Amino acid sequence: MLRRTLLLGLCRGPLGRGLGTHRGGSILGKVEGRGGYRGSWMAPSSSSVTFRTQDPAHDVKTVGRLGGGDRDGKMSEIKKKIQSILPGGDWNPLYDTSYLPPESSDVVIVGGGVLGLSVAYWLKKLEKPRGAIRVLVVERDHTYSRASTVLSVGGIRQQFSVPENVQLSLFSIDFLRNINEYLAVADDPPLDIQFNPSGYLLLASEKGAAIMENNVKVQRQEGAKVCLMSPEQLRNKFPWINTEGVALASYGMEHEGWFDPWCLLQGLRRKVQSMGVLFCRGEVTRFVSSSNLMKTASGEEVNVKRIHEVHVKIDQSLEYQPVECAIVINAAGAWSGQVAELAGIGKGPPGTLQGTKLPVELRKRYVYLWHCPQGPGLETPFVIDPSGTYFRREGLGHNYLGGCSPTEEEEPDPGNLEVDHDFFQDRVWPPLAQRVPAFETLKVRSAWAGYYDYNTFDQNGVVGPHPLVINMYFATGFSGHGLQQAPAVGRAVAEMVLEGHFQTINLSSFLFSRFYSGEKVQEHNII
Amino acid sequence: MAAPKASLHLVAPVWNGGTRGIGGLSRVVAPEGNQKKGRSLLQFLADCFYDVEALRDHLLRKQVSKVHQKNRFQGREWIRPNQRGHFSLDFLKLQAVPVEAVDASGCAINYQGLDSLLALKELQSLWLQRCPHVDDWCLSRLHPLASSLQELSLAGCPRVSERGLACLHHLWNLRRLDISDLPAVSSPGLTRILVEEMLPSCEVLGADWAQGLKLGPEEQPRDTAGPTPA
Repeated sequence: MLRRTLLLGLCRGPLGRGLGTHRGGSILGKVEGRGGYRGSWMAPSSSSVTFRTQDPAHDVKTVGRLGGGDRDGKMSEIKKKIQSILPGGDWNPLYDTSYLPPESSDVVIVGGGVLGLSVAYWLKKLEKPRGAIRVLVVERDHTYSRASTVLSVGGIRQQFSVPENVQLSLFSIDFLRNINEYLAVADDPPLDIQFNPSGYLLLASEKGAAIMENNVKVQRQEGAKVCLMSPEQLRNKFPWINTEGVALASYGMEHEGWFDPWCLLQGLRRKVQSMGVLFCRGEVTRFVSSSNLMKTASGEEVNVKRIHEVHVKIDQSLEYQPVECAIVINAAGAWSGQVAELAGIGKGPPGTLQGTKLPVELRKRYVYLWHCPQGPGLETPFVIDPSGTYFRREGLGHNYLGGCSPTEEEEPDPGNLEVDHDFFQDRVWPPLAQRVPAFETLKVRSAWAGYYDYNTFDQNGVVGPHPLVINMYFATGFSGHGLQQAPAVGRAVAEMVLEGHFQTINLSSFLFSRFYSGEKVQEHNII
Repeated sequence: MAAPKASLHLVAPVWNGGTRGIGGLSRVVAPEGNQKKGRSLLQFLADCFYDVEALRDHLLRKQVSKVHQKNRFQGREWIRPNQRGHFSLDFLKLQAVPVEAVDASGCAINYQGLDSLLALKELQSLWLQRCPHVDDWCLSRLHPLASSLQELSLAGCPRVSERGLACLHHLWNLRRLDISDLPAVSSPGLTRILVEEMLPSCEVLGADWAQGLKLGPEEQPRDTAGPTPA
């Protein structure tokens, strides 16, 4: 056993350097080993067993008779040390590294929000042999205090103008309905997604009526159950609405409403963990990549990059762990622009593909919760005014949730999540009270702010690989409807990674290359 | 029920104990009032003697078969599967006959299965009592029946909550709605009031108003999308 320890002591230096973590300035940190290394050392050898069964008193006596007082002390000291080293002892030459991510993983997903988890779920679900892919999810904030997922109002609708968005949403509603089949974990209670099937009511002014009619045509073609209503019909159905300035309304009869985002997130987390996906609390600080100069068919030279390592910095520490990986998935939501920049996306002469940035920005949006005893009743759908103001019922006690997107000029500073209450007074309340006269007497109970992963280019998602950083895939930029489309987007990204093309829903119009070619996927219904 | 000549009433093919089946048909059969006197004695005897229990079962079965013989719709008996579990081909001849009432009480009907009910354009009464798989998602699908449906019973459905009841406002023609005994509804009294408000011309059967009101603070809705999730 003693020889074993010595041996270990000798080889630990060079061995550890090759395997271990890099710790800011400390050499000791480099000896942190991985499971395999520690495992071999923990295995009980026959020598250690015999050592432990020896009578300690007898041993000391013999040594004392032979050597004398000084040696006697040393020997017992050595013995103590050896005993503490033995398995089960309190001294461990290796640091506890269980909080560190593994040194290699096939897929690293940056961002553990609902989109990142959904990609992880579908990767594990669609992999051919079970356990074929090692997936690591890196999430900075495990309390999800700033994550867009849990700060959203949780709506799901099919009333989009782009057919892909309708398809994504229809797939997702099916996922949510069968959530206990998809996300069942043995021995865990079933999920209660708390879906309110109350529908969305979109109102259009004279100007927007034609667009709305076209949109509804598209939505119906894709299989959404949406009907058009005249102001007269609207008044009959919802007498509390003031139809002044409303030329047309579209109302979702089925598959639309709102649900509990926290439940979906936790359900995905639980399921994904049971499928063997690894989680790590940390932040991605660096990508180590190599680049190759290549020529396109037309003779243009392009710099094709490949990411080899992701540096994951541990939360509240200087420690970081390089994770070797084959594929990186950028699902960092509102912060995905920064992650893309870390990978060198957008660093190049402007106007080239290399210089095209991921146009996803952080935008702050407020949600207000108010109480109004005279307000509309149980039948209240998710109402969206032509002015962009929206509200929905919350629970049974005449409480309502709502808000409004600010204009480009009055975009608030996204540095913190503080709520501007004047915004409600000036921008949200006037159109609200105009649309629903009962809301003239309301009382704001609380408010919060959340982030949009706002795509400044065309307010639509970015899905699929980057054309130059060939192993970075995107699942971001959904500008406020990421939560409701997450189950479908996760599947699309997983298909792209595993099969190389989209299978269920063709999202090729959502690829990154549209930012370079300038083809906008125009969505008219963004709130 | 003043049913037109060409109408069809369907019940769930399984007679579970005969309770709902016979109860639902009591309008057609002679009322059971005259049997009431003897019932308590019979009940007592049935509890004590197996023979009496068997006799009672036999009587019940006989009564059921009498119901079958008496009630012919358009000169036909109840349409039931034969011994091999197949429906006779005569059934297809009735395709054009509009169905006015469906009693699917205790039936394992689910979201997909509702497809077959939604095709019935003249359905006036629908009983979905104690259906274990009827949930909020199912209720959101009932809107195609809006123009004809007058009576709906959801009593005892374990998975129906107030979220699903909220979308019954599509059924503007509803005259009678039974929402009693729904365990998933968090505050039954308040929910009943709100449903009555939502459907002013409909008679709502359900929990006593005071039932939910006693709860006090628990009536407050849970803030599901709140900023500080648990």
